[in-house]
Amino acid sequence: MSPRIFHIATNTFREAVRDRVLYNLIAFALLLSGAAIFVGQISIDIERLVVVDLGLTAVSLFGVVIAIFIGIGLVSKEIEKRTLYTVLSRPVRRWEFIVGKFFGLAGTLVVNTFFMAIGVFGALFYVAHKFSKPDALILVALYFIVLEFLIICSLALLFSSFSSPLLSAVFAFSLFVIGSFAEDLRGFAGLAHGVTRWFATAAAYLVPNFSALNVISAAAHEQPLSSQLILHNTLYALFYTAMALSGAVLIFERRNLK
Amino acid sequence: MIPRRMNGRKRTTVTAAGCMAVSLVACVLLLRHIDEIRPKATIEDALYVNSPKMIKRASVGFDGLMACIYWTRTVQYFGHRHFDRAHTYNELAPLLEITTTLDPYMIPAYEFGASFLAPKPPGGAGEPARAIHLMEYGISYNPDNWHLYYDLGFVYYTELKDYRKAAEVFERGSKVPDAHPFMKIMAAQMAMHAGDFTTARMLWTATYESSHETNIRQNAIEHLRSLRVDEDVTSLQALVTQFGERTGRLPASISELAAAAHLRAVPVDPDGNPYQLSATGQVLVQNPDDFPFITKGTPPGYKPAPPKFHTKRSD
Repeated sequence: MSPRIFHIATNTFREAVRDRVLYNLIAFALLLSGAAIFVGQISIDIERLVVVDLGLTAVSLFGVVIAIFIGIGLVSKEIEKRTLYTVLSRPVRRWEFIVGKFFGLAGTLVVNTFFMAIGVFGALFYVAHKFSKPDALILVALYFIVLEFLIICSLALLFSSFSSPLLSAVFAFSLFVIGSFAEDLRGFAGLAHGVTRWFATAAAYLVPNFSALNVISAAAHEQPLSSQLILHNTLYALFYTAMALSGAVLIFERRNLK
Repeated sequence: MIPRRMNGRKRTTVTAAGCMAVSLVACVLLLRHIDEIRPKATIEDALYVNSPKMIKRASVGFDGLMACIYWTRTVQYFGHRHFDRAHTYNELAPLLEITTTLDPYMIPAYEFGASFLAPKPPGGAGEPARAIHLMEYGISYNPDNWHLYYDLGFVYYTELKDYRKAAEVFERGSKVPDAHPFMKIMAAQMAMHAGDFTTARMLWTATYESSHETNIRQNAIEHLRSLRVDEDVTSLQALVTQFGERTGRLPASISELAAAAHLRAVPVDPDGNPYQLSATGQVLVQNPDDFPFITKGTPPGYKPAPPKFHTKRSD
């Protein structure tokens, strides 16, 4: 990583962790993980299941909200405050600015996930009084959640490179919802015929496939996850992120900032 | 200075565009691999919450959309299990119940339930009671739809062999405005000749002709093919008995039987394969797995395989 990208990423990270909204969201996620203990107690024999499901869902949902709400403001805020001009007047390329912003936000989300994961494991330990080997699957689920965040970050940046913060949030959140139903969309494409089939297939492959990254239920049920799935999901998330970031760079490179 | 900056921008554009194209191709290829690794994930996730009422509440007013999603999942679930030649369809009933609770006016879901929820495995889920409950629920919301009465009567007739109940339901359906005249005939037929081949053929033909759903039509074709085999085997078996009474021995082959009975050719099944004769004089089908619903013509101890659907009617 070039030193310029590193500096932009560090500054983005610092700026993000100063945001109070971030702490509120993390607090909510931790609270939900804690609440899972009580919900687990009133549901017979599925305490662990509830803690893992509710805890990981909280990590995923609040992380997505953080990714979207910080991601959409990364470019527009800099333009609004006119700090972007100061940055770009130095020997910093526009693509370096976008990539730096991405790494800064991704770093913030990894740190957030780490703290939220401590909450989930804390709740799990409270319920089970020990950790067992299948609990390692929760780490895999958390890793997939982080991959999901990378995709969301890149999408938020892509939309924020050409649109207003509000519209960017709507676009990014809509894609998150559509991406969660990606497998159904592909199922629908399989049932369709002719031109509809082509369009549906193209759309199904273009939207991010979040359903493959969602293994919360499998982790809760202690179902083994293959190393092939981990490898393929990792590569998929990296390529999708690269694709969205390239799009953001292409748009931002041509954007009139006057 | 300006041309240099232009070159830099051009280079960035080309690199970013290239990266985007490569990433898109890689994503599509990887997704295909991921699908192969976890083909059954959708349904497992779908049924994590299997309370229809809970899902209806959680859909916050978007019941119609959710019903469409669940209906798609139901069809996918059945398709996947069928393709895998699975012997069980445990999630079929909850999926159909969720779909119809979300949208009680979704008629294809009831028709699907009648066709695949009631029959015994491997042809269906083997849950006739739930199929009847589903159909009665459908009728309570759609009392003017004669198809639902027909499907319910069909379940009573084919799975439970409860001809009195079947006649009652067909009678109820025949009173619905614009009901097919066939319903009245079926009610009478049930009361008089419930167990014969003609009635069964009439029912399956009506199912084939009145449904637009591919799976239901294919299922009807499969039953019609199997019915023809049952009918053929019954009449051939009668000829074997007659031959034995006349000659005091069993025919040596199916050709000898055909010649003795003055048949125009060696009798063949709907696939064109000649029927066979066992050493004990039993008429057998060459490939019983191709006729999953046959009740006659199978060797002793034969276990039926899950049905594979044909697309054309044989008669």
